[in-house]
Amino acid sequence: MEGKNNIYNDNKFNIRNMMNKGILSSFFSALVAVFLGLIIGFFVMLIALPANALIGFRHIIVGGLNRIGDVFYYATPILMTGLSVGFANKMGLFNIGASGQYTMGMYFALYVAFMWDLPDSIHWIVACLAGFVGGMIWGAIPGIFKAFLNVNEVITSIMFNYIGMYLVDMLIQGNSAMYVSDKTRTQYIPAEVQMPSLGIPNSNVNLGIILAILIGILLYIVLQKTIFGYELKATGFNRFASEYAGMKGKRNIIITMAIAGGLSGLGGAFGILAPSGIAGSSMTYEPINIIAPAGFNGIAVALLGNSHPIGIIFSAIFISYIQRGGTLASLAGYKPEIIDIVIAVIIYFSAFANIMNTAILGFIVRHFGKGRKSGNTLANDDIKEAE
Amino acid sequence: MGEYIIEMLNITKIFPGIVANDNITLKLKKGEIHALLGENGAGKSTLMSILFGLYQPDSGEIRKNGKVVQINNPNDANDLGIGMVHQHFKLVDIFTVLENIILGVEPNRMGFIQKEEARKKVVELSEKYGLKVDPDAYVEDITVGMQQRVEILKMLYRDNEILIFDEPTAVLTPQEIRELLQIMKGFAKEGKSILFISHKLNEIMEVADRCTVLRKGKCIGTVNVKDTTKEELSRMMVGRDISFKVDKKERKPGDVVLSVKNLNVVSKTHGKNLVKDVSFDVRAGEIVCLAGIDGNGQREIVNAITGLEKPTSGTIILCGHDITKASIRERSIRGISHIPEDRHKHGLVLDYKLEENLVLQRYWQREFQNRGFIKFDSVRKYAEKLIDKFDIRSGQGPITITRSMSGGNQQKAIIAREIDKDHELLIAVQPTRGLDVGAIEYIHKQLISRRDAGKAVLLVSLELDEVMDISDRILVIYEGEIVGELDPKTTTVEELGLYMSGAKRDNVKEINDGREE
Repeated sequence: MEGKNNIYNDNKFNIRNMMNKGILSSFFSALVAVFLGLIIGFFVMLIALPANALIGFRHIIVGGLNRIGDVFYYATPILMTGLSVGFANKMGLFNIGASGQYTMGMYFALYVAFMWDLPDSIHWIVACLAGFVGGMIWGAIPGIFKAFLNVNEVITSIMFNYIGMYLVDMLIQGNSAMYVSDKTRTQYIPAEVQMPSLGIPNSNVNLGIILAILIGILLYIVLQKTIFGYELKATGFNRFASEYAGMKGKRNIIITMAIAGGLSGLGGAFGILAPSGIAGSSMTYEPINIIAPAGFNGIAVALLGNSHPIGIIFSAIFISYIQRGGTLASLAGYKPEIIDIVIAVIIYFSAFANIMNTAILGFIVRHFGKGRKSGNTLANDDIKEAE
Repeated sequence: MGEYIIEMLNITKIFPGIVANDNITLKLKKGEIHALLGENGAGKSTLMSILFGLYQPDSGEIRKNGKVVQINNPNDANDLGIGMVHQHFKLVDIFTVLENIILGVEPNRMGFIQKEEARKKVVELSEKYGLKVDPDAYVEDITVGMQQRVEILKMLYRDNEILIFDEPTAVLTPQEIRELLQIMKGFAKEGKSILFISHKLNEIMEVADRCTVLRKGKCIGTVNVKDTTKEELSRMMVGRDISFKVDKKERKPGDVVLSVKNLNVVSKTHGKNLVKDVSFDVRAGEIVCLAGIDGNGQREIVNAITGLEKPTSGTIILCGHDITKASIRERSIRGISHIPEDRHKHGLVLDYKLEENLVLQRYWQREFQNRGFIKFDSVRKYAEKLIDKFDIRSGQGPITITRSMSGGNQQKAIIAREIDKDHELLIAVQPTRGLDVGAIEYIHKQLISRRDAGKAVLLVSLELDEVMDISDRILVIYEGEIVGELDPKTTTVEELGLYMSGAKRDNVKEINDGREE
C-alpha cells in the first residue's frame, strides 16, 4: 500500500498523469490530426497546380486572419450543431439528425419572425427560443422511438432529416406571408428581428457566436458538475451499470436527444436570424430540397473536438477558419473544393487520433522521458487490466 | 541447460503507478505442470501475457530450449509452440466449434476452406485426449465447460507444446474441474509442458509438480509441490497466515426481511419457464444461500428481486412492502444492496474514476448534491473514507480510473459501496468469483459482519465450499425450481452435489409448511 502511494505521489505532475486526465491527450491528438491533414492537403495542392502551391497553401494557413469576423460568423451554426452531436455522443447516442433539427429550428425562428407581432426588443430572442423548441421536438422524437421501442436513433434521425427538410419546404412554400415565389426564397426578415451585430466591418458576425460559446461552456458545466451530467456520461459509458444504479435510462435518452435537437435548432435560428451586411436585406431560406450541410459539418466538428464542449468550441472556430482560408485559395487558381479535401483529411485523422497520440506521445516519452518511473507505458491505456 | 523448455529470466514490467513484475524468473521444465500462484494483482497474468507476446517486458529475457527468443505478438508465441487458454474465452459466438478451432489457421486449397480435413484432425484430437465437443454446435449454444474444451483444442490443433491455462477452473462446476485436471495430467504425460495460473490451493496441490509464488509483483520462490503444504503456499502467497475456516457465531434469525412468493419467469426468447413457482423467505440476521449449477434460474430470481427484469408472475415483499412493481431506485431506497454477478457489466462504470463509482448508488442523495450540482469535496471525502475503511488499493487513490484496478480491488469497491449504503437486504451474487484467498477471506468476513449486524443476506454461489462455510440455510435450485432446503451443519458436499445435479429432490413446499406449523 505504501509503495503504491509513493509511486503515485512521485508521478503526480509528469506528462503521463496529465495524459491520464485525457485533456492533454485529446488536444494533442487533434493537433496531430490537423497537422497531418494540412501536410496531405499541401500535397494535393502540389499535384493539382504545382506552381501556385505555396501561395495557395499560405492562403489556407493565414488567409483566415484577414477575415476574422467571417471566421466567427461561419463558426456559429457549426458550433451549435457540433455541440448537439457531441452532447448526444456523451450518452452514446449518434445524433446524425442535426441537419433536420437545424432546419426545423430555422423554420420555427422564421415563423416567429414573420407571423408573431412582438416588441422589437424581445422579438429576436423569442424567435431564437422558438428555434430551440423546433429543434427540440425534432430531436425528441427519435429519442422517444429509441427509448420506448429501441429503434436505432441513427436510422430515425436520418429519416427525420428528410422529413424535416421536405416539411419545412412545404410549409414555407405554402405561406404567402413568408415566401416570395418568383424569387424562390423567403421574404427579407425585418431588421428588428435580426440578431444584434457585433459591428465588425465587412462581416455578418453577430451576438450568436458569443451565445454559442456561452452555451458550450454551460454544457461543459452540465456534463462535469451536475447529477444529470453524471448520469448521462455513466449511461454513455455503461448502459447496464446505469440501469443497475437505478438511473432512468429512458427518460435520460429522451432528454438528451431533446437537448441535442434544441442545440441544433438554436443553430438554425442563429443562422437564419443573422444580420445582413447590406441594409434592407437579410438571410433567406430557399426551399430547394437540400439537406442543410451544417448538420453534417457538426459531426465533423464534434469528432475533431472529441465530443468535449470546450474542444468543440475550438474545433468549430478552427474549421471555419480554414474554410475561409480555403475560399481565398481560389485567388491562387484553386477550386474551393480543395479545402474540403483538406478538412476531410483532418477529420479522417482525428477519427483515429487515439492511436496516433499513443504512438507519438509514447515515442516522446521513450526518448525524452528516460529515467522516469513511468517510461514506455503510454501504449497501455486499454490493457491496464494487467491482472 | 536442456532441462528447461522455457526460461523467463529477470522479467520486469512497469505499468502506470504499479510495478506489475519486478525481476521475476520462472523456469518451466519439459513435461511438468508448473503452477503460478499469487493474489489478484500479484502479476501472474502480466507475466503470462509477456510470455504470450501480448506485452513486452521492460527488461529481462525469454529463452526457449536455452536460446533467447523475441516474442512480439501472439503469432510469434504460436510459432514457438506456446498456446494460452485465457480466463475470458476468446471465441466467436456465432461460429461453430470447428470454425473457432481452425480460425486463423484454416486449411485451404486456393482460398477454399477444407473443412473435412480440419474436422478429421479435430475429431482425432478430441478422442485422443477425451475432450468431448460437438464440432458443429454453435459456440453460443454450448456450456462454459465445453467452450473451454474448444479453447484447449485450439491449442492442440496448432500443435502447441507449451500450454498456458489462465485460471481455467474459475468458471467450471466441481465435476468439470475434476475432468479438466485429469486432462491436464494427460498432457503432461504426453510430454507437453503446462503453466497453470491459479489461486486455488487444492487444485495446485492435486496436479502441479512445482509451484512459483508471486506476491505484489515479486517472485517469492519456487517450491516442489509434494514437499509443501497448503498452509505454506498460502503464507507465501499472502504474506501472513490465512484461516481456511470461517469464524461464525451462532445467531438466531429475526423477522422476515425478504419474502418471495410464487415467482415465475418465462423466457422472452424461447418461452421456456426459467423460474417455476419459487417461494422463499430471508430473515434478518441469516445468510440464505441459493445454490445451484450456473444457469438454473438464479440470475432470473436475482433480477426479479433487484428489479433489473420484471417477473412474469409472483410477489416480492421487502420489509412488509410489496415491491414487485417498484423501480430499481425505489428498491434501493427501501433497503436492497446488490453485489452483482458481473462486476464489469453491471457493477461499475469502468471509465469512471473510483470515487465516481463509489457514489454510484448514492450520488443523488443530499449528502452529495445540491440543487442538481454534485458536491465534489463530499464525494472525495466519502471515497477516501471508504478506501481507507475497506482497504481498496489502486494506483492513484480516488481519482484512479476504475478500469485500471485489479479485479479484487474492483470487487472491494463494489462491496464497500453496497455495504456502506443503508440496507436491510444484501444480495451477493458470486461475490468471490475469480478472486484470491486473501480477498475471499475478506469478503466472507464482510458478509458475516452484515449478518451479525442483523441484516438479511441472500448469497448466490456456485462454489460448494463457500456455500457450506458461509450460509445458515441452503436452498438448492435446479432447472428453475427449489428442489431442497438443507442445513449446512447436517448436510455434506456430496449430498449438496446430488441436489444440484437434479439427482435428488424434496418437496420443499411441504418442508416450508411443516416448519411454520
